[in-house]
Amino acid sequence: MARSVTPQRKAINTIAAWAVGLVIFFPILWTILTSFKTEAQAINDPPLFLFFDWTLENYAVVQERSNYMRFLWNSIIIAGGSTVLGIIIAVPAAWSMAFVPSKRTKDILLWMLSTKMLPAVGVLYPIYLIFIRMGLLDSRAGLVIVLMLINLPIIVWMLYTYFKEIPGEILEAARMDGASLKEEILYVLTPMAIPGIASTLLLNIILAWNEAFWTLNLTAAQAAPLTAFIASYSSPEGLFYAKLSAASTMAIAPILILGWFSQKQLVRGLTFGAVK
Amino acid sequence: MATQHSRSAARIMMAPAVILLLGWMLVPLTMTVIFSFKKYLPLRGGDLGWVGFDNYVRFVSSSTFWPSVQATLVIVGGVLAITVVFGVLLALLLDQPMWGQGVVRILVIAPFFVMPTVSALVWKNIFMDPVNGLFAHLWKFFGAEPISWLSEASMPSIILIVSWQWLPFATLILLTAMQSLDSEQLEAAEMDGASPLARFGYIVLPHLGRAITVVVLIQTIFLLSIFAEIFVTTQGAFGTRTLTYLIFQRVLESQNIGLGSAGGVYAIILANIVAAFLMRIVGKNLDT
Amino acid sequence: MSLRSALCAATALSLGTAGAGVAETITIATVNNGDMIRMQGYSDHFTEATGIEVEWVTLEENVLRQRVTTDITTKGGQFDIMTIGMYETPIWGNNGWLVPLDDLSEAYDINDILPAMRNGLSHDGTLYAAPFYGESSMIMYRTDLMEQAGLDMPEAPTWEFIRDAAVAMTDREKEINGICLRGKAGWGEGGAFITTTANSFGARWFDENWTAQFDQPEWKEALSFFVDLMEDAGPPGYSTNGFNENLSLFQQGKCGMWIDATVAASFVTNPEESTVADKVGFALAPNHDGVEKRANWLWAWALGIPAGTNNEAAAKQFIEWATSKEYIELVAANEGWANVPPGARTSLYETPEYQDVPFADMTLKSIEAADPTNPTVDPVPYVGIQFVAIPEFAGIATQVSQEFSAVYAGQQTVDEALEKAQAFTSEEMEAAGY
Repeated sequence: MARSVTPQRKAINTIAAWAVGLVIFFPILWTILTSFKTEAQAINDPPLFLFFDWTLENYAVVQERSNYMRFLWNSIIIAGGSTVLGIIIAVPAAWSMAFVPSKRTKDILLWMLSTKMLPAVGVLYPIYLIFIRMGLLDSRAGLVIVLMLINLPIIVWMLYTYFKEIPGEILEAARMDGASLKEEILYVLTPMAIPGIASTLLLNIILAWNEAFWTLNLTAAQAAPLTAFIASYSSPEGLFYAKLSAASTMAIAPILILGWFSQKQLVRGLTFGAVK
Repeated sequence: MATQHSRSAARIMMAPAVILLLGWMLVPLTMTVIFSFKKYLPLRGGDLGWVGFDNYVRFVSSSTFWPSVQATLVIVGGVLAITVVFGVLLALLLDQPMWGQGVVRILVIAPFFVMPTVSALVWKNIFMDPVNGLFAHLWKFFGAEPISWLSEASMPSIILIVSWQWLPFATLILLTAMQSLDSEQLEAAEMDGASPLARFGYIVLPHLGRAITVVVLIQTIFLLSIFAEIFVTTQGAFGTRTLTYLIFQRVLESQNIGLGSAGGVYAIILANIVAAFLMRIVGKNLDT
Repeated sequence: MSLRSALCAATALSLGTAGAGVAETITIATVNNGDMIRMQGYSDHFTEATGIEVEWVTLEENVLRQRVTTDITTKGGQFDIMTIGMYETPIWGNNGWLVPLDDLSEAYDINDILPAMRNGLSHDGTLYAAPFYGESSMIMYRTDLMEQAGLDMPEAPTWEFIRDAAVAMTDREKEINGICLRGKAGWGEGGAFITTTANSFGARWFDENWTAQFDQPEWKEALSFFVDLMEDAGPPGYSTNGFNENLSLFQQGKCGMWIDATVAASFVTNPEESTVADKVGFALAPNHDGVEKRANWLWAWALGIPAGTNNEAAAKQFIEWATSKEYIELVAANEGWANVPPGARTSLYETPEYQDVPFADMTLKSIEAADPTNPTVDPVPYVGIQFVAIPEFAGIATQVSQEFSAVYAGQQTVDEALEKAQAFTSEEMEAAGY
């Protein structure tokens, strides 16, 4: 909807949009700034914006207290693993729903979404007991499975909406040319669905990265991701704003950077079929 | 195009996802239902036998039940209203020509990447703390008495925190929808002398209907089960005890698995009522 | 990670200390308090001496409690040592979930543990968790502000004196609040404080038949007194202030008095953290005029071993190390005597260097003044001062304290809150079969 407008109008738009953008971003900016202050500066009255003695001390303290790399690595494995596994399982399901719809397709899709509404707390006990039985407690594999199951409905739905936008004739044509089902999915469908798959992948990595109930309750020392890392900084004794900010920055930085670099892909695909 | 062959192939391809989700739903659900009919107190020796519908009766007759349902609906409703209204406005703004659109979009999208625990901690301590929080400084600067946000305005505070997290999501989906709007149509309306409000009401808003439905559906699914934001900030005090949080208190704080499981079953029923309601709207809207 | 453990194993081998050659690893769940974080730092000494590797799971108190309770009730076996308190220990010990600590070595000198702590962490005379540090509560006050107000803090003041002093010290212009107290919901936060206050007004949670007592006048008197006091002399928004919030207020010089855990004394007198380090005095927690019970609690953070762990011997070794006299000396040598974990051992209070620490004497007096087996004026069927050692208590008290916090926030009256507390507690106790 690119329209030509007067420079004045454009300037006003720019100012308004930047103002709103900065307000929305401000809490994150402030957290990052606070992480470079000393504890005393962090609560200074009046608040210090940019003119303070920048220090890396908080990062050093946080790093010394907890093994950040291990938490980070666990987060990467769990978020990445659960998403990739989810997509592998979801692609065929979404394909068949989009191209071979039956009367029950919509019901199945909506039923899948409804499983996401089960309150996690309500089933903590059963899941914990099952995990003990299967030896999955405090293992990355266990969390990969759980987070995959939690996000599977969203993945299926997102993929379904992308696949539906692919014109059926192209597949028909491929089939005429003698492509097998496997080839059809691999060589015809997948390339066309790549943007959709990419944005599904990104969105679900974000969701899995930020999941804080199961990742906290099913882990101990070995598999604990960044959500557990942050749980040890929530209210220690004494002044802690600067250290909390540093830990927070460390916990969100990787996903923030990933998100920013890939925001084009994310935005392009993030429609959930909302656009026709 | 659906031949018998492709139909059975489709069924096979759907099977893994369906079976997994069925298992994920049925196994814990069955265990929850079994627990809910038992007196199950881990700290008093575990399984103390069947008690029929006692837990169900006790859970609803408790003075905390209805307020918690109400709190849940207020939070979900409040966040939905804020994110949809501001999402539409933001999408309108971001759709305008401007300098640095890409950067602004990055700024707006950022809160969505922040994990709920972190965002709750940061808001609670660094912004809403009545003594050292940034808001308190701001209030004092203007000569006002600092507000103790999380106790005096607990519900609005939580709604604010959650809305901040979900506004980017709503904005992005609505923006994508907006960009697919035919600009010639708008220009034609402008030529015909339609006021901006009329153009918004008659052209833009109907076009966004489908996107708004999707935003409402997806967010409701996530909002019904918000937990971290409440656990970190108020721990359910000051009228912010949602149904999810009440179940948490029954299961983990009181260590009454039977009662908590009964609560879980109620929460599933509530979720399904909301879901059925949503599905009816969405189902219609998605068919086209 | 495998590289790291390989390196560690190599180091252990080269030092010739790794017992059987394979480094054993124990996993410890602990709370993110300063003393525990310090212990985490020193655990390298333990690994060096024994070859036993230590993995830490450090969590915020509420998360920790949720995590370890789930694990122990389901016998999940995720931890070899759990950091637990005086509330959990007797209940878990009674259920047979903890390894009894009745065979600790001679050198450990179990009789050196303060009797109050030892009793609180035992069930039927068997110790189930070793105290890492112990605490009571006491008054910490600003000597300079007290002088300005023209008052003199007695060693054992009454609530009436505290109220007068708090009002006299309050200077809202300068952001000085006469008194900072816990109002935050949660049984271990504001719930603990108001319970001790109630004790000192002659109230109790239950009578001898386990009937809830919130409908009695003593509770109303205690709660009303607390609310009025905080209205007149407390900080804004105290309904969300817990230990940490008050600590930071006091360190910034915004409180005239603060009644809280004795362990806070080392933080408020530490010049590196506190702006008022050299102006702090101490006194026993107050009582209501004419009531003999004082408002001081008794608590210990202790290390216990869940039954069924595979590393019981190593875990015991660690507990002996972390709660030993030698550990105290290690911390004293590196960080000064004021920073050693307090309140666990008699010998610490007999150490001349420690007797010079300004808060040592009052801490010991406060601990000795607390009697968990006889916490209230009228007889009660339970053990525990700021808690009731029954499994249902945590759940009940959290919700009761949420009702109280709503009073502090001005959302309901004292009477409404007490009425709800009475109804809810009766409901829960009936459900539990009392």
